[in-house]
Amino acid sequence: MSIKTTNISKLFGKTEALKNISFNVKENELFGIIGPDGAGKTTLFRILTTLLFADKGTASVANFDVVKEYIDIRNHVGYMPGKFSLYQDLTIEENLEFFATIFGTTVKENYDLIKDIYVQIEPFKKRRAGALSGGMKQKLALCCALIHKPKVLFLDEPTTGVDAVSRQEFWQMLKKLQKKGITILVSTPYMDEAELCDRIALIDKGEILNIDTPQNIINKFDKQIYNVSAKKTYKLLTDLKDYQHNYSVFPFGEFIHYIDKRKDFNKSDLYNYLEKKGNENIIITKTKASVEDAFMDLMKT
Amino acid sequence: MPYMVQKTNRKEFKMKKFKGFIKKEFYHIFRDKRSLFILFGMPIAQILLFGYAVTNEINNVNIAIFDKANDAQSEKIIQNISASNYFNIEQIIYNEADIEKSFKKGKVKAVLVFEPKLAKKLTKDNKANIQVITDATEPNTATTIINYVSVILQKIQMNLNKDIKMPYQIKAQTRMLYNPELKSVFMFVPGVMTIILMLVSAMMTSISITREKEIGTMEILLVSPLKPFQVILGKVFPYIFLSIFNALVIVVIGYFVFRMPLEGSYFLLGLESVLFIVSALSLGVLISTISNTQQTAMMISLMGLLLPVILLSGFIFPIESMPRPLQIFSNIIPATWYIIILKGIMLKGVGIAYLWKETLVLIGMTIFFIALSIRNYKIRLE
Repeated sequence: MSIKTTNISKLFGKTEALKNISFNVKENELFGIIGPDGAGKTTLFRILTTLLFADKGTASVANFDVVKEYIDIRNHVGYMPGKFSLYQDLTIEENLEFFATIFGTTVKENYDLIKDIYVQIEPFKKRRAGALSGGMKQKLALCCALIHKPKVLFLDEPTTGVDAVSRQEFWQMLKKLQKKGITILVSTPYMDEAELCDRIALIDKGEILNIDTPQNIINKFDKQIYNVSAKKTYKLLTDLKDYQHNYSVFPFGEFIHYIDKRKDFNKSDLYNYLEKKGNENIIITKTKASVEDAFMDLMKT
Repeated sequence: MPYMVQKTNRKEFKMKKFKGFIKKEFYHIFRDKRSLFILFGMPIAQILLFGYAVTNEINNVNIAIFDKANDAQSEKIIQNISASNYFNIEQIIYNEADIEKSFKKGKVKAVLVFEPKLAKKLTKDNKANIQVITDATEPNTATTIINYVSVILQKIQMNLNKDIKMPYQIKAQTRMLYNPELKSVFMFVPGVMTIILMLVSAMMTSISITREKEIGTMEILLVSPLKPFQVILGKVFPYIFLSIFNALVIVVIGYFVFRMPLEGSYFLLGLESVLFIVSALSLGVLISTISNTQQTAMMISLMGLLLPVILLSGFIFPIESMPRPLQIFSNIIPATWYIIILKGIMLKGVGIAYLWKETLVLIGMTIFFIALSIRNYKIRLE
């Protein structure tokens, strides 16, 4: 096991940031911690990277105990905190060289590991990190976290505040890194990214709701979801919420995901109701469930 | 594997890590205009400011004369006064009301009023009066003006009396040792040196360490093979150099611009300064362990270090004239001891034989601060 946690709990004052968190990450796995802001993701990462003590429970990373063998862990993991944490007044090149040096290695030695990522920002290597775009900053931070060839890579919300194209590229890079034998623990509030992980843990208010492969989580979701759209989305949303037979309603991209309570649900019933309420251009279509639907459902119960 | 290499070449890698860290620190310093100003502009600005502007001496003070006598004797006295470099007769006043007016305008700092028939009274009654009115909104200047005028008048009086033999006479023969001209620069150079070293060493290091906390890089440094003391040493090291450089600049300016004497051993001066720098640096580290933002670090440095150094170290206000509790408090300020040492070496030219007590106190304080900051340094985030 690359990461092992057993009954981790953490209190901040009276609020329980983490409650009995237990999960294992296998060697060379891409494991996602999925949950909204304030779910406890960062606290969990900090406990695993030896920055915080857990109040209860035990954890190990790369077979080292997070409390007793913290020095070994610090030698063998790469950590990219949620906030961009590199030196803004140093250039790309200087940042990378600095982190290589303090990890007792050189950029040359592990260049093959970062090459795919680094070539994308190399044209700007003389530019200061503070003047980079969000996507470039994130690539630089990943390079710096990788430069010492860590066994386990911790990425705390790496794609927050990054544009859609860069996000996609980023996940492709993670897949490549995984092939090079690195175990990756990544957290994200974006549900669409969850489907790119090998396994995911859904976490909310400090509790794990479910751990499985994204496909299994979707397969186990047995309710029929409808995509609903109309001319005025906000009016549609309130009308759907007022509908007496609704089981769940939430916005999903340009649509609204709607689930009905009844087994014998008929689309035309809903259509008529919405039309009577004054909605125009109403479209109702069946759709497949996503991780987000499963997550919203889990949070309800 | 990189960590295998690290084991075989441990020492070499340690050195490399350290050098890499210091290189990064110098980038930070030289790319930040604000720290550059504090490091290099401030010492020069302060020493020149204190040397030229903030001073207890008076030079060419504007005064006014109200001469009701208008005779040979009053003329002679006025001549004597205007001949000195201390006073500049700005205005002649002809009636009482103008005295207050000229003070209110702020044109003059003092008015000399000669009583009518001065020469006659002097010969007839052997006694005449000259009134010295000063603007006491600046008490120090007012007192100094009175003293200077009295000295000039005494000289004139002695000249008048030189043919007469006084029956009894006790004269105080004064001699001002080490600073015969009572130049305030001799007080300010050691003081400014202390302030600058404190500022650069303590404030700048505490700010630069808390900056890493604030921008989040401390998190990464903690989750790295660097040991806490390596981080601290790396952060502190550049400032030792910069502080020594600053001390040098101040001594050189003091010596060449203000003719500040340097009687004692340069070597001892250097050693004592390094000792003070290290004690200030450890204070800076200590401050950084208790503050999480650059702003708090700066506030603590300014209020907790700089203010006591300026007010209580004996730099401006003599410790002997402070209330008892403050006198006791001044003992726990490292700067108090460093100023004593500096004055001893620079003005009196004494060696370690006379300063060992102060040096020991400073060493003790330094060890205490270092121990406290090591104990307080967090290897985790909480």
